[in-house]
Amino acid sequence: MAARGGRGGGGSSGHCSQDKSITLPPDEIFRNLENAKCFAIDIGGSLTKLAYYSTVQHKVARVRSFDHSGKDIEHESPYEVTVQEEITARLHFIKFENTYIETCLDFIKDHLVNTETKVIKATGGGAYKFKDLIEKKLGLKVDKEDVMTCLIKGCNFVLTNIPHEVFAYQKDSDTEFRFQTNHPNIFPYLLVNIGSGVSIVKVEMEDKFEWIGGSSIGGGTFWGLGALLTKTKKFDELLQLASKGQHTNVDMLVKDVYGGAYQTLGLSGNLIASSFGKSATADKDFSKEDMAKSLLHMISNDIGQLACLYAKLHNLDKIYFGGFFIRGHPVTMRTITYSINFFSKGEVQALFLRHEGYLGAIGAFLKGAEQDNPNQYSWGENYAGSSGLMSTSPDLCPMQRTRSGTFDMFEMDRLERPLVNLPLLQDPSTYIPDTVDLTDDAMARKYWLTCFEEALDGVAKRAAASQPDSIDAVERAEKFQQKYWNKLQTLRQQPFAYGTLTVRSLLDTREHCLNEFNFPDPYSKIKQKENGIALKCFQGVIESLDSLDWKERQLALVKGLLAGNVFDWGAKAVSDVLESETQFGFEEAKSKLQERPWLEDSYNEWLDRLKEGPPHKCALIFADNSGIDIILGVFPFVRELLSSGTEVILACNSGPALNDVTYSESLIVTEKIAAMDSVIQSALKEERLLLVQTGSSSPCLDLSRLDKGLAVLVRERKTDLVIIEGMGRAIHTNYYAALKCESLKLAVIKNSWLAERLGGKIFSVIFKYEVPRE
Amino acid sequence: MKKQGREHGSEVQSNRAARGRRLHSALGPRTSPSSRHLLPVFPWFGLDIGGTLVKLVYFEPKDITAEEEEEEVENLKSIRKYLTSNVAYGSTGIRDVHLELKDLTLCGRKGNLHFIRFPTHDMPAFIQMGSQKHFSSLHTTLCATGGGAYKFEQDFRTMGDLQLCKLDELDCLIKGVLYIDSVGFNGHSECYYFENPTDSEKCEKLPFNLENPYPLLLVNIGSGVSILAVYSKDNYKRVTGTSLGGGTFFGLCCLLTGCSTFEEALEMASRGDSTKVDKLVRDIYGGDYERFGLPGWAVASSFGNMVSKEKRESVSKEDLARATLITITNNIGSIARMCALNENINRVVFVGNFLRINTISMRLLAYALDYWSKGQLKALFLEHEGYFGAVGALLELLDTA
Repeated sequence: MAARGGRGGGGSSGHCSQDKSITLPPDEIFRNLENAKCFAIDIGGSLTKLAYYSTVQHKVARVRSFDHSGKDIEHESPYEVTVQEEITARLHFIKFENTYIETCLDFIKDHLVNTETKVIKATGGGAYKFKDLIEKKLGLKVDKEDVMTCLIKGCNFVLTNIPHEVFAYQKDSDTEFRFQTNHPNIFPYLLVNIGSGVSIVKVEMEDKFEWIGGSSIGGGTFWGLGALLTKTKKFDELLQLASKGQHTNVDMLVKDVYGGAYQTLGLSGNLIASSFGKSATADKDFSKEDMAKSLLHMISNDIGQLACLYAKLHNLDKIYFGGFFIRGHPVTMRTITYSINFFSKGEVQALFLRHEGYLGAIGAFLKGAEQDNPNQYSWGENYAGSSGLMSTSPDLCPMQRTRSGTFDMFEMDRLERPLVNLPLLQDPSTYIPDTVDLTDDAMARKYWLTCFEEALDGVAKRAAASQPDSIDAVERAEKFQQKYWNKLQTLRQQPFAYGTLTVRSLLDTREHCLNEFNFPDPYSKIKQKENGIALKCFQGVIESLDSLDWKERQLALVKGLLAGNVFDWGAKAVSDVLESETQFGFEEAKSKLQERPWLEDSYNEWLDRLKEGPPHKCALIFADNSGIDIILGVFPFVRELLSSGTEVILACNSGPALNDVTYSESLIVTEKIAAMDSVIQSALKEERLLLVQTGSSSPCLDLSRLDKGLAVLVRERKTDLVIIEGMGRAIHTNYYAALKCESLKLAVIKNSWLAERLGGKIFSVIFKYEVPRE
Repeated sequence: MKKQGREHGSEVQSNRAARGRRLHSALGPRTSPSSRHLLPVFPWFGLDIGGTLVKLVYFEPKDITAEEEEEEVENLKSIRKYLTSNVAYGSTGIRDVHLELKDLTLCGRKGNLHFIRFPTHDMPAFIQMGSQKHFSSLHTTLCATGGGAYKFEQDFRTMGDLQLCKLDELDCLIKGVLYIDSVGFNGHSECYYFENPTDSEKCEKLPFNLENPYPLLLVNIGSGVSILAVYSKDNYKRVTGTSLGGGTFFGLCCLLTGCSTFEEALEMASRGDSTKVDKLVRDIYGGDYERFGLPGWAVASSFGNMVSKEKRESVSKEDLARATLITITNNIGSIARMCALNENINRVVFVGNFLRINTISMRLLAYALDYWSKGQLKALFLEHEGYFGAVGALLELLDTA
């Protein structure tokens, strides 16, 4: 897997030598150092984790109405698109082997241009040892922070901010990593940190935790005793030995004590009666592998047992395991999981964290960045800048450890606005946005990975074409293509690298990679053009709708909404059509639609509801595409709702994704429509039509991470209808989402594989009207 | 027959939750209900066959009438003479003379109770001897408990022409503990504890009155460890167990030091210094870790110093033996303490042959329980350490009569 090898030492580092004085690849690691501040460092027994806060300058596409100087006639387009520089905050974390500390510190010193930072927060056992070196090299004062406080701060942070942070490890399963939905309330939990010894900490609140116990039998015991028994010096090598051994040659099992008759007692004969019991009674030599395995079982079982006893005493059922004993080692996760299952009789689940290795660094960083209030913001994992789980695992990439310079990275973007649950979710703790788990479903995974691979060339071309004036657009587009291609290859091998693999995560990763290479909105020009065309048709569409009787009009509105949804540059089948048939329009789209009955068709129930029930109080609509979709599909529908007395909250993405309509575009489009239409105009004026942003820049929709302002408004207006439109938001995600109020999920399936899976053909229609059970 | 260790343990981690299968009613034809006063015929044995050690208790009747003496068959007489006139049997069998209970009255008979042990791997030789001495001709019932009662049942039948009466080991253990404690130790207390366990100067062994024993946590440390919560004579449950027991201590010692007997391992441990092997809290934090209230002397990582090559080269075998002993003992103490807290029991009785001649572990257990529970938990010990299962087996024999 050549692409993966390129990860740490990738980019310009193809020639990094085995020598200790490695040349660091500046493109890849320690990015954005120029403006870095708030440094923190966590130096463990073998790995160093460095954290810093930085601002990232990148391009964003802005839309702006033309000046109203009466020269509108000149403009084909309804607004202008400009590219501006924007500064956002990003957290960078880099993990590397301690041997590179000096080289890394030199590198940082050389690249740190203007920082007002005076101190560096330090934690971890090695912080003492390297204190002088850090102070000398960086000229920063080292400020030591308590290890456990940092660990827990970091743990709270990732549990709160990163979806799919937590996973259970399943042995002998297709998907070894079973990611968990983030629970809205992370407390209380037990953190079992297995370093050289074991610390068991009960965490009750953000700043309230208690050391409730520990054990001296931990990673140091495995390592130290293992080194004595097997003459193998390195921890990783000991684990390798253990994974090849047979503990039954060393341990005394129940069946060794009971003979063949243990079955009569209802015991499993394979249980260990006495660890190393055979080395006391048998007079022979034992293999290194067998002893290492026996030692691993002994220690894992012991830790699991104690963890269960503490969990029981404190009435806790969530136990997170961390520390170097666990870190990225499937073999220890397996034995710990087994032990917890055994001792808790399945009542407690052993849980692990994707970013476990970074907890101390994150915590130390948070301690140092308190004046910036990082906990006030919501954060998002940047898939483009993060290496992903097990990127350096010796078990998965045995060659990797021998390479010099294995750097693992993790980046988080500070989001403009805090994200919260949609208050209308029936049960936030069980809500899973994604419809298909591609880590589970190998067939679907293969299909979608291939699908994204095949579309990549087109996406890269479109990105380059979107910036015709930029001299390096083609080069950047190639870099984007390479980066996303590498990500896709990584995901083929390790679908679990960034949590549960879903169509949404594939789409989001693509957006992150595009942003990374300064293609903030490759579709801005297309959207601009389509919005212009659609606006011109708006009045005609309204007139023809108004000429229909009520019942006909309702169906026409729904069909219009669906036809609008055909205009989706994200779907390859459609983008091919749109590229070749420039005349493809609203009427052509309608003719493509499946005839009723639709693949999923509860239109009659919807119609009955409109006919018989009182008008809805307030509808929340999640819009999909720009152009015909929003203007000729959604707006007439909105207009009808407003006319019948329903208030409307129209939610659009905060940032661009494909040709999805953004919040700022929606503002302009609405303004233009209001100028043509009195219903929309008065609704805007009277605040019966409200435009909000979702807080997202994804073509999909995660109802558990929505803009706080949206959530507040939804509550205030007593929203009783949610309309979710489009394949990304209503099929790839939320198809099974249960809400507390009525909902309408509608989409046109623009992918024949997916249509077939759902039992239909391409351009099949999903119209799902749901009423919550009382 | 060099390696000889503590007593056996039961299985470890199994949760034999359903201990429904009580095994004590399977006695043979010799107990006819019509003959209430008919005692089992001599000899009276109780056998506990563990993973490492076999424990045998033998009741020697001292009130034999001339008439009985006359009737006593030669085989029986020779067995009695052989067992009572020797303190060692073969190269590995040992009679713990200091534990002998004198002038005991059992089922109306007066006599002495003898305590004998030998390694489980000598079991075939034992059965062979029984066969040679025509043990089966005595028509006695041999009550046995421990895993070996199952493992060797077939051998007893085919080699020795003997039908074993298999008994549940936890039933026997509790029965034995309660009985021995009730009769006392030749006028002394069977149960004892350490006063001032946290003060090595003032620490002393004192008798403990276990008259009202319930509830108690019974920790049996053999090759592995079983932990039972006992609420009354016949209400108890197995709480948990651990595979880190006496077998682990001895097994690791054999691998690390090349020693060959339990006694040798303990002797080495008594001369070693575990702080050279273990990483203490003060090795990491320079002193106490106040944030968590951890004292500097506490072990942070057992064998933690052994990750360093230099330190591996500078420790002695005695240090390693000591560290192994401390590691295993602390861990048992820790698990026992957690079980006591979870079961809401504050008296913890430690038994099993791991504690035989092992004052280091007993004092450490007493200390650890007291220190970490802030004086809430009390560690208790019994003089007959590993023999309770065998005593229980003997009592079952008499009970059914």
